[in-house]
Amino acid sequence: MGEKTLMKGAEVIAEAAMRAGCMAFFGYPITPQNEVPEYFSRQMPKLGRVFLQAGSEVAAINMVYGAACTGTRVITTSSSPGISLMQEGFSYIANSDVPCVVVNAMRGGPGLGDIAPAQADYFQAVKGGGHGDYHSIVIAPYTLQEEADLMFDAFDLADKYRIMVVVLVDGLMGQMMEPVEFKEWVDVKKFKTPDWATVGQRDRDHRNIITSLEILAEGLEKMNFHLQEKYKIIEKNEVRFEEYKMDDAEYAITAFGTIARIAKTVVNMARDEGIKLGLIRPITLWPFPTKLIEKRAEQLKFFFDSELNAGQMLEDVKLAVNGRKPVYFYGKLGGIVPSAEDIYAEFKKHIKGDR
Amino acid sequence: MEKKVIIAGFGGQGVMLAGELLAEAGKEDNKYVTFLPSYGPEMRGGTANCDVIISDEPIASPIISYPEAAVILNLPSLDKFEPAMKKDGLLVLNKSLIPREVKRNDLRVVEVDAQTIAKELGNEKIVNMILLGVYITIEKPVSLDSVKNAMKLFLKGNKEKFIPVNEKALEKGAEIAEEFLGRK
Amino acid sequence: MKTVYKKPEPITNRPTTYCPGCPHGIAHRLVAELLEEMNLTSETVIVWPVGCSVFGYYFIGTDAVEAAHGRACAMATGMKRTHPESFVITYQGDGDLASIGIAETVHAAVRGEKITVVYVNNGNYGMTGGQMAPTTLIGQKTTTSPYGRDPKLTGFPMHVPEMLATLEATAYIARASLDSPQHIIQAKKFLKKAFNAQVNGIGFSLVEMISSCPTNWKMTPVAAMERIRNEVLPVFPIGEFKVAEGVE
Repeated sequence: MGEKTLMKGAEVIAEAAMRAGCMAFFGYPITPQNEVPEYFSRQMPKLGRVFLQAGSEVAAINMVYGAACTGTRVITTSSSPGISLMQEGFSYIANSDVPCVVVNAMRGGPGLGDIAPAQADYFQAVKGGGHGDYHSIVIAPYTLQEEADLMFDAFDLADKYRIMVVVLVDGLMGQMMEPVEFKEWVDVKKFKTPDWATVGQRDRDHRNIITSLEILAEGLEKMNFHLQEKYKIIEKNEVRFEEYKMDDAEYAITAFGTIARIAKTVVNMARDEGIKLGLIRPITLWPFPTKLIEKRAEQLKFFFDSELNAGQMLEDVKLAVNGRKPVYFYGKLGGIVPSAEDIYAEFKKHIKGDR
Repeated sequence: MEKKVIIAGFGGQGVMLAGELLAEAGKEDNKYVTFLPSYGPEMRGGTANCDVIISDEPIASPIISYPEAAVILNLPSLDKFEPAMKKDGLLVLNKSLIPREVKRNDLRVVEVDAQTIAKELGNEKIVNMILLGVYITIEKPVSLDSVKNAMKLFLKGNKEKFIPVNEKALEKGAEIAEEFLGRK
Repeated sequence: MKTVYKKPEPITNRPTTYCPGCPHGIAHRLVAELLEEMNLTSETVIVWPVGCSVFGYYFIGTDAVEAAHGRACAMATGMKRTHPESFVITYQGDGDLASIGIAETVHAAVRGEKITVVYVNNGNYGMTGGQMAPTTLIGQKTTTSPYGRDPKLTGFPMHVPEMLATLEATAYIARASLDSPQHIIQAKKFLKKAFNAQVNGIGFSLVEMISSCPTNWKMTPVAAMERIRNEVLPVFPIGEFKVAEGVE
């Protein structure tokens, strides 16, 4: 740790990834995250690491897949439409048990949409996106400092569980600047090629085959059981969240990423007026803090979920609350970011009925 | 202390530079800082504005919906932000490019003929620094010295020669602000 | 006692799943013989495709990965760029490479990726039951061109080596045929040059191998080989299309 640097969120992603030992970047340009590949393209050659602009997002994710099969710390970054193109690769990566990190700076959709900040890819990131029964670990930082810290965790988790880790941010986090204190550089000389990597058999007593294919249904079921076992362990060990002013709360906002930051202002506005509002902020969107929300449902009068979409995390909040308390929702669509005042006014509409 | 300001104008007027400089100065002063840019779709010549927050406490939302202060470099920006200003908010205006009066009468307004002053100082590109000097002197989110220090990070190499004239611009802005405060 | 014929060391003991008379076995053998002769087996990773050779890793015993349909060259790029010391081969059919994977293939060639592509062209989609491919001949009947391929509707057969040879970063580009002993001997020579291009770090190398598909062509293996000579090779001529400096 040391000095603080004032940096753009997009550049924080690249700098933190390099410090965390990311040895290769493959990607394709798309707004609003072009500063990430641009930063990598300047810095990676200086470090003797790989930067390669692919011919498409489809190619990029398959380059990531290839590098991941060699046990290399590898990343790609993109934004919503590009992430849609990568879904095929995500599914293959999931059933191959290889680690990688993917950053999605979400923009307004569907389709070409716009380039404004959005959170409408929650379903895609958390519920699959590609085909088959799989999960990726999904992390949603809400400040640039947290983004800088979580990039390290993203690579560690990817390696620990041999899984894809998605860092889900939005265009606003990519463009804003904030002073950030980076963790020390990881010593990449200590990295060893894992025993399972496909780099040529050499001195190994066995050869390695990485495949997502198993033509016999019984065999494929076994592969799926293996994945589900892994997911259970992750659900048990890796749930992360932040609670803000929840101890005495009668109401809670649930929000992630940028909107959670705005929600903190909303909580403070409510507290100034004597309303006991708190914030529950999932940091891992998968695994989701289901048990926490389940527990908090006992003390709260209602939940108020706010997102930059039409209500996606809302479904997971509702599943956790399981009908015991009302869950209200306020979202903005198409890349519009609501003000704290907007959210507070919406929240208060429900409190009136409640009192 | 928490100070929030919007800086707005045409792309190319140095709006983002002024904002980043202010943010960097805040960082130098060990404050919490956020800088949030917003661009029009054009690469050049479109409207541009940024939200800068400098605070002693961790900053929640980096978005300023209702500004308590705004540094406005052109007419479209005044049209956009005047209605949203908080009561008693501070408007620092580049009067040279704003051919109308402020409509509201519940704001503190400093009108600066910044293009003319910039010309007199010998560089038309320092309008942003004159107005920033005005804002900083009135609202004191950071000290003028911190901004001058931060400037060294931005004006490096063959741009270093522009430091003196930019410092002069900040000081001229400070002078105008003192006058404004004295008049009050 | 003198050994006159043996199984190349990289070939596994597992029986192949290919149809009787399918030349994939020949192509596998050529790859395996060269890996052994050039002492490359232990540093090799083969990227297998989606297509009839999807289970190729069961038959050639090197480190291996199984790519998504068409993405082999991208995957190989990720492996070779991060591990330049590996010897990386992609083994792809004409549906995989020339249709769904053409963008990945062309851009790998544009960048001069130091990988070797074994491109087996049998003029149709074998695994899925003989549908039309970009390489299907004019007038050829397949399950999705039941009246014969009509160029007005679906254009003309795609000549991949001729296209790739125009790209500056390609090191070695050739077309061989697996229809006869001489052609197979020639195919091995071509493939050796392609392997050498990678070993010597010169650039992208590809050898197309004209193959038959007796099952879907509804021919005996012998008749299918004859068809290659009579109908396919006139459209897809054998030869070297690009031999960059330094390729032996």
